[in-house]
Amino acid sequence: MADLTSDFLGIKSPNPFWLASAPPTDKEYNVRRAFEAGWGGVVWKTLGEEGPPVVNVNGPRYGAIWGADRRLLGLNNIELITDRDLYTNLEEIKRVKADYPDRAIIVSIMVPCEEESWKKILPLVEDTGADGIELNFGCPHGMSERGMGSAVGQVPEYIEMVTRWCKQYYSKPVIVKLTPNITDIRKPATAAKMGGADAVSLINTINSITHVDLDLMAPEPTIDGKGSHGGYCGPAVKPIALSMVSEIARHPETRGLPISGIGGVTTWRDAAEFMVLGAGNVQVCTAAMTYGFKVVQEMISGLSQWMDEKGYESTADFVGKAVPNVTDWQYLNLNYVTKARIDQDACIKCGRCYAACEDTSHQAIAMKEGRVFEVMDDECVACNLCVNVCPVEDCITMVEMPKGDTDPRTGRQVGDYANWTTHPNNPMSVKAAE
Amino acid sequence: MTNSPLTPGIVPGRLPADEIARGFSDLHPPMDQHEAQVAADRCYFCHDAPCMTACPTSIDIPLFIRQISTGTPEAAAKTIFDQNILGGMCARVCPTETLCEEACVRMTAEGDPVEIGRLQRHATDTLMAKNTHPYARAAATGKTVAVVGAGPAGLACAHRLAMKGHDVVMFDARPKPGGLNEFGIAAYKSTNDFAQKEVDWLLSIGGIKVETGRALGSGLDLNQLQQDYDAVFLGIGLAGVNALGVPGADLDGVADAVDFISDLRQSDDLSKLPVGRNVVVIGGGMTAVDAAVQSRLLGADSVTIAYRRGADRMGASQFERDLAASKGVRILTNLQPVAVHGDGAATEMELEYTTEEGSRLIGTGETVRIPADQVFRAIGQALEGELAGLEIRKGKIAVGENGRTTLPGVWAGGDCALGGEDLTVTAVAQGRDAAEDIHTHLTN
Repeated sequence: MADLTSDFLGIKSPNPFWLASAPPTDKEYNVRRAFEAGWGGVVWKTLGEEGPPVVNVNGPRYGAIWGADRRLLGLNNIELITDRDLYTNLEEIKRVKADYPDRAIIVSIMVPCEEESWKKILPLVEDTGADGIELNFGCPHGMSERGMGSAVGQVPEYIEMVTRWCKQYYSKPVIVKLTPNITDIRKPATAAKMGGADAVSLINTINSITHVDLDLMAPEPTIDGKGSHGGYCGPAVKPIALSMVSEIARHPETRGLPISGIGGVTTWRDAAEFMVLGAGNVQVCTAAMTYGFKVVQEMISGLSQWMDEKGYESTADFVGKAVPNVTDWQYLNLNYVTKARIDQDACIKCGRCYAACEDTSHQAIAMKEGRVFEVMDDECVACNLCVNVCPVEDCITMVEMPKGDTDPRTGRQVGDYANWTTHPNNPMSVKAAE
Repeated sequence: MTNSPLTPGIVPGRLPADEIARGFSDLHPPMDQHEAQVAADRCYFCHDAPCMTACPTSIDIPLFIRQISTGTPEAAAKTIFDQNILGGMCARVCPTETLCEEACVRMTAEGDPVEIGRLQRHATDTLMAKNTHPYARAAATGKTVAVVGAGPAGLACAHRLAMKGHDVVMFDARPKPGGLNEFGIAAYKSTNDFAQKEVDWLLSIGGIKVETGRALGSGLDLNQLQQDYDAVFLGIGLAGVNALGVPGADLDGVADAVDFISDLRQSDDLSKLPVGRNVVVIGGGMTAVDAAVQSRLLGADSVTIAYRRGADRMGASQFERDLAASKGVRILTNLQPVAVHGDGAATEMELEYTTEEGSRLIGTGETVRIPADQVFRAIGQALEGELAGLEIRKGKIAVGENGRTTLPGVWAGGDCALGGEDLTVTAVAQGRDAAEDIHTHLTN
């Protein structure tokens, strides 16, 4: 069986599945249960400064969106950092780490952007024996109004400054957690690297309003008739997270910087996707909050089976393997021609491909006698919408046209690789030397 | 009450009252909000949906299910009623397994269709529970239409006509309106007096006068109706019952299944309704199954359906046959009635084995006798009434497009008219379409 052991920044854990800094990791009781269930590590819920802890709302903290059968697709959260005393947390961390030396414990921290504040808390954290720290520069609600969380993550200079302090006053790995509430994730990631960060973790949650109560005329979750944006997470944010992870993994300034992937990881497959895009491990929250800690068992067995099938002996064998295939649009092969093919045996005749193509795309599917749906190659631009709306997996596939064949839509032969940079329609195209 | 399933003869109270009540509870119980949500989520919102094509009234099923899933079952009900004003009853009695649900693409995908019938009930029940009528009448046209027969066809026709601004006088032979919905279907398909409630709700649109106790040839004359009204719609059903035509058919204990079903529906205490110890139902349609299953539910010890042809020719759907089997009804096929035996009252049913050559039925000469103190005829109904002037074809009123008969100003629909299956939903479609045609005729 494949070896799932993970070595992230020298921090060993029996598998690459960590619980993210969030409600599930707020206290000893939960973390012990998580370790018993099999989680490889946890990032302890964010600690704040010494003194009276923050307070949370006493109304609902979460909002959600659902798919069919009320499957939770996205969760939104207005909970703040830990609302428990700093020293209680520190004592618990120390105890749990002592009892679970083989598991990773990272401590998430958020204190004001003042050197003194960091200088004060870091030795206390160091004393717990935890394996590293994660700087919470991502939390988008509440704490950001106080100049912390995503308010720091949105200013690369602050990221670099605080990271530098942490590297100065703390001896173990420093992970910088990034907010997605920015336009270019490469900027904060570069700043973290400049500050000396050992790794970045991303994404933190996204500013969001999940619903509006149409009777109260107020956003949900609604607190006494008012609502505030929350942080969005869960399966719905995974595509955004994957893209941001890949950006950092392939950007010249940040390439090679270790990444802890976060954002909607729900199954082993999600984890594998983050990892092949460059994440050394993954952090999970919503899946655990939805299904309980037991979900990690499926992640472990699934990743392990896939690794065996593919012949990967350790996670390092596949981390970053898809990064070279993430490119800019301009380099995509414009001579790669595919056509949709409908497997008539698998087709259940719902006609969704037809409706989608006829109403919103290229009128490339014919509806024939007996509800037989067929692709018209001379109209099909291979947009893939029919594949996406078909309820039956693999019923519709995109089939590549062999080189040299004539595309009935364009009347042109399928040629060799050629992209936009040299295309005649591109006013900026690179002309061959005359 | 000391009777049991084994008490000889035809007696009431074979089972404790609570057991009878349990047996006659809703066959397809209503869905609660959660069940409806889960069921609605399964609909794929197909293009040109096959379920909609399969529905004789062409209800926009994907749309109404989507309306349920978005929390607007009232709008869903309106979508249903636009096409089928008796959508509440059809949700209960339609053989969905041979109509919309058979056509559902989920059948192809998983062999398990979206529960369209129960979802329809969820929507229509929700709207009807509000005790408001969703339709208003158009400005009065000054025209009056006679609708003969207050069954599904007549009711659908009358409602659509009233909606268009016409006045309607609806006649029915029975003491109350509803037709087969009220008198002719199994009690577990229409519980809590739903049929009458639905009629009341339908009539609340206004403009429909109901006169009971009147039928063609019994207080009504077709020619007179033609003269007195601007148009006439006939939805008189099939009031006669085909005879058994074998020796002993007049013995005590031999009865029409439709009468048994009607008595059952009108009974306010089923534990007082007598049923045989050994019941034999002759026939193979829905009526046969309704009579057989209900006999079992009343406590008959043995109930047998005997059908003269093979199972594949039975009018009752597979679902209905499975239902019968699950209630302990024995279904025998390729057996035709030869005689009912008994001294004054039936004691045995004699049947002859048959074979089929193509569509030809051949008696083999070999017979069998099975105990029978009650024998129900369910071998089909026949057109009845004074219908002079109308062309009758294949035992039914011949109709053209939209139910036009051979007499000017006279339309017909439902079981009495030729064409379409003898189903509530088909009757509704025909009544509705005739009303539209009458409206066009009267306003052009």
